[in-house]
Amino acid sequence: MSVLINKSTKVICQGLTGSQGTFHTEQAIAYGTRMVGGVTPGKGGSKHLDLPVFNTVRNAVDETGADATVIYVPAPFCKDSIIEAAESGVKLIVCITEGIPTLDMLEAKIAVDRNGVRLVGPNCPGVITPDECKIGIMPGAIHQAGKVGVVSRSGTLTYECVKQTSDLGYGQSTCIGIGGDPIPGTSFIDALALFAEDPQTEAILMVGEIGGTAEEEAAEFISSNVKKPVAAYIAGVTAPPGKRMGHAGAIIAGGKGTADDKFAALGKAGVTITRSPAELGLAVKEATGW
Amino acid sequence: MNLHEYQAKALFKQYGMPVPNNLVATTPAEARAAAEKLATEKVVVKAQVHAGGRGKAGGVKLVDTPREAEDYAESMLGTQLVTIQTDAEGQPINSVLVEETCDIADELYLGMVIDRATQRVVVMASTEGGMEIEKVAHETPEKILKATIDPLVGLMPYQCRELGFGLGLTGAQIKQFGALLSGLTRLFEEKDLALVEINPLVVTGAGDLVCLDGKINIDGNAMFRHKDLAELRDRSQEDERELRASEWDLNYVALEGTIGCMVNGAGLAMATMDIIKLKGGQPANFLDVGGGATKERVAEALKIILSDPEVKGILVNIFGGIVRCDLIADGIIAAVGEVGIELPVVVRLEGTKAAEGRKLLDDSGLNLVAAADLGDAAAKIVKTVGAA
Repeated sequence: MSVLINKSTKVICQGLTGSQGTFHTEQAIAYGTRMVGGVTPGKGGSKHLDLPVFNTVRNAVDETGADATVIYVPAPFCKDSIIEAAESGVKLIVCITEGIPTLDMLEAKIAVDRNGVRLVGPNCPGVITPDECKIGIMPGAIHQAGKVGVVSRSGTLTYECVKQTSDLGYGQSTCIGIGGDPIPGTSFIDALALFAEDPQTEAILMVGEIGGTAEEEAAEFISSNVKKPVAAYIAGVTAPPGKRMGHAGAIIAGGKGTADDKFAALGKAGVTITRSPAELGLAVKEATGW
Repeated sequence: MNLHEYQAKALFKQYGMPVPNNLVATTPAEARAAAEKLATEKVVVKAQVHAGGRGKAGGVKLVDTPREAEDYAESMLGTQLVTIQTDAEGQPINSVLVEETCDIADELYLGMVIDRATQRVVVMASTEGGMEIEKVAHETPEKILKATIDPLVGLMPYQCRELGFGLGLTGAQIKQFGALLSGLTRLFEEKDLALVEINPLVVTGAGDLVCLDGKINIDGNAMFRHKDLAELRDRSQEDERELRASEWDLNYVALEGTIGCMVNGAGLAMATMDIIKLKGGQPANFLDVGGGATKERVAEALKIILSDPEVKGILVNIFGGIVRCDLIADGIIAAVGEVGIELPVVVRLEGTKAAEGRKLLDDSGLNLVAAADLGDAAAKIVKTVGAA
């Protein structure tokens, strides 16, 4: 078992015929993901990458029985695309696009929650269950099927987690990139709850960063709800207050959201913390005794 | 994107919120003319920079005559204002706001922000106006009143009343406050603000509410639908290298160390800074080349790093996902060819086309140090440059 996606997950792509959608859908197909179609308004009825193209998400879901959709639509149109997906009957929406206005996400998230749909992202690398299903922009080859659940706000740091847990031979059950935005569809707590219930996941590696209080909330959740070993790293110890570090969410504001606060909260919750991004795999080793 | 006080107040006015009459001046003569034109005898002259703490830094002055306004403007314009919120160089003063005075009976605080925990727009109000609100929140959290806006119904009149009465307002002030807050809410939503603060919101001797200061930060991701606001951007208030980087879609933040960093991904870029520090060095910058790194952008990124005279060595850390390591290698080779990098450069390439990238660098004949992983890369650059 894994979380969110597996080899039977049927996936459609919103923005399939665009350059990003095309490139990453080719990669997904090559990885073995069951891509079943795509959506580009006005191009319904045609074929792209040998996949049927639909005008609307609802058409695509009705015709293909898709379980999940991945969004590569430009940021100005994402609120519409996310809500369209939320109303279409899919169970999982993965939004890769970065740069969506926060007020757009605030509203889109309400539609997602109301429909009981899971949204991962935006501004994230996506979700992958190694050797089964890849939804997103992560390089498939570095992944290895295994027993560590990975959850991270950062894309390339997720790859770092993957490489280090692969190098030690642990592999990953599922990797969830929750994204670097202030209003993410899936929080650390959501991801931790999924991993806590998943029999394949034997340990959890979480990577946070400065800004907000999501890691502190996750720490509280872990101490009362997660029995599995958890290892964690927080990026941004050296980040100065008031400066936004790339991600819209990564800013220390009003003295809150520092890496030290987050390390302290996680340490108190019994999480094995590492202050070195080169020792993510070793932290899992220490947490598990493997 | 940050606005100046005068720009924020112009928006307040546009949304029906009470602000003192004022005029912007970019020359001493304009400041004098403004003071002559305004109705109150005394006026306030305020330096316009993107930083708080202006009052304590001498950037705000109450003057008695237009002549004094001119003199003060003369002394401020063209200089740099250093406040507790700026770096040692300060921010350039290119304009001053000349404003009518009012008699202040009480100072309140009013702000609005997107709260991540509730994922809603939240109004914050306090009787402790004029103070640093972070300090109030930390020391006396009970003095911060909050109201969460339900996106389905928007700001409700009862919320205005709750906050208004909570602030100790009475009678006609409650209605005034409600109008002010609903204007502020419309402004926040229509202009995609990330943060707005009125500190202080004053109660005058006559009992009226006036927005005496204004701070606005606009969601940078929403600028595509606010062309009018995009024109308000004052590039003089931004770091020159950060500005140049943004023109190339590079995310750069200057720091004070000696090891320049070029990384893909914001999280990995922060992690790279952290590990340099952990190994005993000091990072000179945060730089995320992003997902769509081209040869030209990589070359530009290296040039920006090199334009910082403090930089004594460079660490390139790329974990290719969308980014192809061979393109990064091409960019490095091009940049070295163009600007002739003499500093030590440690390169770590991993992920998509990493082997091809490493081979390109090896074959280039350039003096680059290859690193096996993140820990190795940081250790090598710190050893080469020397610990801080």
